[in-house]
Amino acid sequence: MSAPQLLLGAPGALLLVAAHALAAVAAPLAVRRLGRRALYLLAAVPAASLAWALANTGPILAGRAVAGAYPWVPGLGLELAVQVGALGWLMIVLVGGVGALVLSYSARYFAAGDDRLARFAGLFVAFAGAMLGLVVSDNLLVLYVFWELTTVLSYLLIGHDAVRRASRAAATQALLVTTLGGLAMLAGFVMLGQHAGTYRWSQIAGALPDGAYLAVALLLVLLGALSKSAIFPFSFWLPAAMAAPTPVSAYLHAAAMVKAGVFLTALMTPAFGEVTAWRAVLLVAGTLTMLLGGWTALRQDDAKLLLAHGTVSQLGLLMAVFGAGSRDAALAGTAMLLAHALFKAALFLVVGVVDRSTGTRDLRELNGLGRRAPWLAAVAVLAGASMAGLPPTAGFVAKEAIFEVLLHGSAVERVVLAGLVAGSALTVAYTLRLLWGVFGTKRAVTPTRPSGIGWAFAGPAAVLAVAGLAVGGFAPAVDRMLAAYADTVYAGTSQAGSVGPVQMGPVQAADALVVPYRLALWHGLTPALGLTALALAAGAGLFLLAARLPGEVRSTGARAYDRVLTWVGRLAVELTGATQRGSLPFSLGIILLVLVALPGGVMLAGRPWSAEGRPWDTPAQAVVAAAVIVAAVIAVRASRRLTAMILVGVTGYGTAVLFVLHGAPDLALTQFLVETVTIAMFVLVLRRLPPRFSRRPSRRGRAAIGVAVGVVAAGMAYAATSARQAEPISSGFADLAVSYGGGDNVVNVILVDIRAWDTMGEIAVLVAAATGVASLIFRGSAALRRRTGSPAPTSRTRVAGRWLATSPHPATGGTSIILQVVTRLLFHVIVLLSVYLLFSGHNQPGGGFAAGLVCGLALTVRYLAGGRAELNAAAPVDAGAVLGAGLFVAVGTGAAAMLLGGDVLQSATLDLTLPVLGEVHLVTSVFFDVGVYLIVVALVLDILRSLGAPIGADDISMDDSSLKGTMKEEPV
Amino acid sequence: MTPNLTYVVTVGVLFAAGVTLLLERSLTRILLGVILLGNGVNLLILTGGNAGAAPIAGLAGQERMSDPLPQAMILTAIVITLGMTAFLLAMASRTWLLTGHDEVQDDVEDRRIVRLAEQDADLPDDVDALDDINDLNSLNGVNGGDPRRTHVTEPP
Repeated sequence: MSAPQLLLGAPGALLLVAAHALAAVAAPLAVRRLGRRALYLLAAVPAASLAWALANTGPILAGRAVAGAYPWVPGLGLELAVQVGALGWLMIVLVGGVGALVLSYSARYFAAGDDRLARFAGLFVAFAGAMLGLVVSDNLLVLYVFWELTTVLSYLLIGHDAVRRASRAAATQALLVTTLGGLAMLAGFVMLGQHAGTYRWSQIAGALPDGAYLAVALLLVLLGALSKSAIFPFSFWLPAAMAAPTPVSAYLHAAAMVKAGVFLTALMTPAFGEVTAWRAVLLVAGTLTMLLGGWTALRQDDAKLLLAHGTVSQLGLLMAVFGAGSRDAALAGTAMLLAHALFKAALFLVVGVVDRSTGTRDLRELNGLGRRAPWLAAVAVLAGASMAGLPPTAGFVAKEAIFEVLLHGSAVERVVLAGLVAGSALTVAYTLRLLWGVFGTKRAVTPTRPSGIGWAFAGPAAVLAVAGLAVGGFAPAVDRMLAAYADTVYAGTSQAGSVGPVQMGPVQAADALVVPYRLALWHGLTPALGLTALALAAGAGLFLLAARLPGEVRSTGARAYDRVLTWVGRLAVELTGATQRGSLPFSLGIILLVLVALPGGVMLAGRPWSAEGRPWDTPAQAVVAAAVIVAAVIAVRASRRLTAMILVGVTGYGTAVLFVLHGAPDLALTQFLVETVTIAMFVLVLRRLPPRFSRRPSRRGRAAIGVAVGVVAAGMAYAATSARQAEPISSGFADLAVSYGGGDNVVNVILVDIRAWDTMGEIAVLVAAATGVASLIFRGSAALRRRTGSPAPTSRTRVAGRWLATSPHPATGGTSIILQVVTRLLFHVIVLLSVYLLFSGHNQPGGGFAAGLVCGLALTVRYLAGGRAELNAAAPVDAGAVLGAGLFVAVGTGAAAMLLGGDVLQSATLDLTLPVLGEVHLVTSVFFDVGVYLIVVALVLDILRSLGAPIGADDISMDDSSLKGTMKEEPV
Repeated sequence: MTPNLTYVVTVGVLFAAGVTLLLERSLTRILLGVILLGNGVNLLILTGGNAGAAPIAGLAGQERMSDPLPQAMILTAIVITLGMTAFLLAMASRTWLLTGHDEVQDDVEDRRIVRLAEQDADLPDDVDALDDINDLNSLNGVNGGDPRRTHVTEPP
């Protein structure tokens, strides 16, 4: 295919959606650069959609849908599938055409210096793109994504005037109602998609489920369509959405978004037109909405609200017509869809012009506008004529078709027809109310003086109104286009008895009317024409009678919405108040009780243990375990901090011994070292805290929860072990470790090679913890300074650290000179040992963690022997720098492997001959372990410096200089 | 696999002791509880693999070797516990410096919700009102003033 063909086909549709997205991002910039004029530029984007649709008219008219599919997430059944038939064509024409007109209208509607214009422009173009995506999507999941995008963008646009509370409330209401429906619709889509095995509508339509499954799926989908299109009982959100600027109302809440529900209904009518549940809901809800909406519209004094209720009414009409489900009904429905978009958008734009030029849109205040702005009045009358159904407008043609089709329908449809005729009479009445109210000359009111109605402002409305006239005039041409969609609806309606499977193709004959209905201005003196005349006459009468109707009342839907929201808020408050009382023990207790109740209950119910237990692997385990148990129990009861800490340490060492007995030397080594570092840390902190815990009330409840959790954990341990039957995944690790990892120590190879990503995550956590510790201690705050009594820092000058610095003062009391000397002697030996452990760890117990801890312990000993001066002398580096270096080395190892063409963190074995050392067998993963080593050392260093820093006031002053020289943080 | 009952009992006791301490208010006790729980969890993971000879190739045949995978996981867990211990200790230390004790205080926002629930009142319609400083202050008044003040001990 050549490039132009590609652009015209399905890729073109996707490119258009992408163009909208780009334009939406660029819109704020353009508005800031060009001001209001940027909107004319942006209008080119929706206009491009219109052009695309028009360029595709030929093939679509011939029944060839523009289709294509591009995989996106195949595993989820997500694909960018495009399918544009005649219905999609119509929607694109409306979305693109009306979108472009409304955007150019907005360039005059908003004030020149309005700083919210940038936001509006971006959101509006994004909305047009989402709407375009919605109507071209064949994949229901993608359609749903665009559907919700329109919801969210509508929320943002309704809330344009975010300072006003009413505007925020209206936006939230629209969001909640339509999202709720959207979620139900998604469930319906999933039901249909799972049954058909695909999410492409063009394929689902041919593989429908039946019976109750179908009914449930359909009702769920309908819930989405009805809530989006503001059908009863969801009608209330649409009038509230009039808090949005008028261009938004004209486009989203008249021409485009609310039509999404109608579009979906129309899209599915070919497949579901025969299903009773589908028909019943649409016919009943649609008719009811039309009557209620029309009646409420008749009682409005705000021109915009009148139009909003009128929109609700017309949407009801559309739904009812599509609910009839026949080929001719579908034709009439699409004609009405087109007509409504044209006249309603035009009327909204006119009301916006009136609002802007006179400062009001209250029907009681406006007077004599028809004389002062005759052209505007002419546009409004033209659009209003279409709304009322006067010939020769689009509205007339569409309504004729509706009446004609329903007249020949079943008994139920004739009842519906009666409702729709009554609804049409209401439409005529409120149209007159609107036109008279806005443009009429009333004696009692002072005349309104409009200002600044230019052609650029009123032009878009005029274009739309004239288009409505043109559609009426060229009804046969429109008929050919819309029939291309309507012919896909199975012609046999409910009278046909049992019908065959739904066909997605043209059907030759219709049995109800024998000859398919054709849209036209003149069908002769038909009963339908009589009904139109009846509606017009009744409407005129209603208008005269309704002049003194009482004002609007709050709808039941709105009241129910309020009640539900209050109830949900109440429930949230009660539930949160009952379960999260702000007390950490209470919240933890709730979580733990759930742990006991749910997994514990399931365990009791299922008793998932089969195997017999054995007492131990070696009796020594029991001895050590007994010690651990006793220490743990006493630790709980201890009232002195130090005692509790030491007893907990005993359980740690005991666990280490259990590791030894289990055959896990690496674990044991690390556990011993960690336990030792932990004790050192505790000592540093406990020096500051009171020796005893504060007295707490009864601990029985805590102990009971503890015992229950312990029992559940023991049960889990038993159940998990006895349930294990499969071969461990690690059974081949030993060979892999030697052949691929190049090391004998399987645990170490797992850490630095097989599961190196885990280790990478872990060292990142260590870096975060070390940084957190330092920030907690050194973050200078007023409260901290007050508490410690030291003066606020006056300068941040850094003193360079001295190599091999010693304390200028004698060591703090109690430290032994001998200890200091011995530690200095031992220090380098221990550090050397740690380096040995680091490099031998690949083949023997050791590795980066253990080695780092050994080095850290060496630093700890230096610190304990001589205070921070000693520590700074031993490690004259910034802990943060070491942390960073460690992370850099670890990540660098991974990245280097990637750069050399391997996977991230893949290791290689190098055999080198070095001058002094001779043969060296080197595995690159050792560099990763070096990174781990550095991070662990830095962690310990950070802990010692942070927790050990403010030992006492004199200590701070004494060591301040040497401290500052090596710390990255500001002084305390 | 047959469960090793010694491990099972030890895991149970360490969990019980750890949870009991975790439910305390003193940060030191909570921290000790976390460490006990950590030991318990490590043992729990350990029960998932066979005991045997050290998992070092060449020392023993693969079938006699202890399962290395749980060990690698536990090793990670041990070091993470060290980082967490340090962090909690720093927190306890700072709490003490700022407030004179190391006890975990009640969350003020949560208490506000509780108060609303007790009064059968609704959340304010407008989220902005949640930031109302006066409201928070009055809440503290209801709860007997600033909870920190009740625990002040001698300065360092």
